[in-house]
Amino acid sequence: MKPLTEINGLVMPLDRSNVDTDAIIPKQFLKSIKRTGFGPNLFDEWRYLDVGEPGMDNSNRPINTEFVLNQPRYQGAKILLTRENFGCGSSREHAPWALEDFGFRVIIGPSFADIFFNNCFKNGILPIVLDAENVEKLFSEVNENEGYKLKVDLPNQAIKKPNGENINFTVDMFRKQCLVEGLDDIGITLKYMDEIKQFEENRRKNNPWL
Amino acid sequence: MTAKTLYDKLWDSHVVRQDENGTALLYIDRQLIHEVTSPQAFEGLRLAGRKPWRVSANKATADHNVPTTGLENGISDPIARLQVETLDKNCKEFEIEEFGMGDIRQGIVHVVGPEQGITLPGMTVVCGDSHTSTHGAFAALAQGIGTSEVEHALATQCLLQKKSKNMLVEVNGSLPIGVSAKDLALAIIGKIGTAGGTGCAIEFAGEAISGLSVEGRMTLCNMAIEAGARSGLVAVDEKTIDYFNGRPFAPSGDNWELATQAWGNLHSDKGAVFDKHVILNASEIKPQVTWGTSPEMVVSINESIPDPDQETNPVKQEGMLSALKYMDLAKNTLISEIRIDKVFIGSCTNSRIEDLRVAANIVKGETVAKSVKLALVVPGSGLVKSQAEKEGLDKIFIKSGFEWRDPGCSMCLAMNADRLESGERCASTSNRNFEGRQGNGGRTHLVSPAMAAAAAVAGHFIDITDFYK
Repeated sequence: MKPLTEINGLVMPLDRSNVDTDAIIPKQFLKSIKRTGFGPNLFDEWRYLDVGEPGMDNSNRPINTEFVLNQPRYQGAKILLTRENFGCGSSREHAPWALEDFGFRVIIGPSFADIFFNNCFKNGILPIVLDAENVEKLFSEVNENEGYKLKVDLPNQAIKKPNGENINFTVDMFRKQCLVEGLDDIGITLKYMDEIKQFEENRRKNNPWL
Repeated sequence: MTAKTLYDKLWDSHVVRQDENGTALLYIDRQLIHEVTSPQAFEGLRLAGRKPWRVSANKATADHNVPTTGLENGISDPIARLQVETLDKNCKEFEIEEFGMGDIRQGIVHVVGPEQGITLPGMTVVCGDSHTSTHGAFAALAQGIGTSEVEHALATQCLLQKKSKNMLVEVNGSLPIGVSAKDLALAIIGKIGTAGGTGCAIEFAGEAISGLSVEGRMTLCNMAIEAGARSGLVAVDEKTIDYFNGRPFAPSGDNWELATQAWGNLHSDKGAVFDKHVILNASEIKPQVTWGTSPEMVVSINESIPDPDQETNPVKQEGMLSALKYMDLAKNTLISEIRIDKVFIGSCTNSRIEDLRVAANIVKGETVAKSVKLALVVPGSGLVKSQAEKEGLDKIFIKSGFEWRDPGCSMCLAMNADRLESGERCASTSNRNFEGRQGNGGRTHLVSPAMAAAAAVAGHFIDITDFYK
């Protein structure tokens, strides 16, 4: 996994609540057996005016210029600012794959759906939960200032605003360590191989029907 | 000893180790695998030179991409075909048992698991699909996971996670005739919202839950994820135990005795403490119909579409306006005035035999309205299909003008050829009414099987409780 320590980047506001994983990456793209290449189809139904299918040349498709992702001022954004319950719906990891492939490394919102939140950490994306007041303030600052950037410092758990103001955020220590060091979960778990074997043996002894 | 919730018991009995932070290694008894979320996990194993930790813990079936008609011709979409073939190939290579296309046991993974006794009470069950919460109906700790975790569970038989909070949804009284587990699920989501259960495992309890069949409990737990909860749970009772007796992968003989004895403890202790507690009265619940693009946008059949002007939260108001625009509906419209183009009876929420019986009973001797372009019945598994055919349900549906299909996820998420065209409106027994879920530009109204069947005949939504009067 790509390590994540500090991200300094443009912020794109997606002013909607309950953005579901079907919206993040529609089902037809889930037929791929790869874990890369989903970026051009991120938010496909909002982003393009036609119906996207796998294998299409996306550069020739008609674009919805009203959708925030297509606005020139947000090109190259690395930080996504959004509303409540982002990532609700299916467990498809294609959602964080598409976000990461597009270039987003940090998502800031008041709340996230559980499975999506978890999937982000497995893919080098940092989801940050902030209180409603800070999120609201960020929305207005992003809207009012073209080129609005934030500096997200994961080791210090701080978001630095252009005006010098800092917002601190919380993150699970274990997940933070994995992100900062780009650690592979499976490798970590397999360090406890003997404990798992012992547990498994006891479990089968006590529950012989399993 | 401290009183424990059902979730506490399931969690505690599966913790291999826990660090000072609370991050635990949770042992996984069972993993169910399907074609969409597994290819990258198997590829990961191969790249790292790893093997499944315990091969027999894993069972697979293809469901999301499979066609529901013309099975003899295989899958015509080459990309979908490759994905299903990749599952076959991976299962063969890693020696995982698979119920492939053409096997009567094939079907929607959440129907197949319990049907085969692959899911059992007290187990931890994972699957790369959010509706894995379904299996919680049997007091199994069942959770949907992403592909990285599919690989993690394959390689280590564990997941790394922190314990969730305990939430109790207590449903007192009994559901009126014609009001089903689906209506209850939608009413709960309407009350607590799609993030109401975020960070929690929801246990459903109370008189109304005891009164539900195990299939009804599966419908309810299936929708726990639509309330934000990764897991739904119902305690074990006689019905649970009866359900597993004689199932192919369920224990038998002495092991059956041992198992049922242990399962009897799978309930929350008296006095167990929940972090959140919600109470509903079942007798007040009416058939539910969603009007928007989130399952929480739901009202009773006798109500009208809410007025966004009455909503004080600006973000919610914006969501309502955007949903009404997408759904092409006006505020204050009576739900019973909404006309539909298609009907879908199926999905991991409502494709089991009881669902089909209820729907068939309603359409028997009736005809699908002329204005309805397509009415589909898609059984949840080959075995559900075969049982329905033994009971003659297929003939009832076909005679009424429904299409009787082969098992799969079908129009719930439209990964195969079954879908809504842009602008079409569907009465659907599935679980999500998100934009584009059933096809780009398609408009979904989530309902129970009885409500979908009645809407197929009437051409618009009607109150099914009138049918039973």
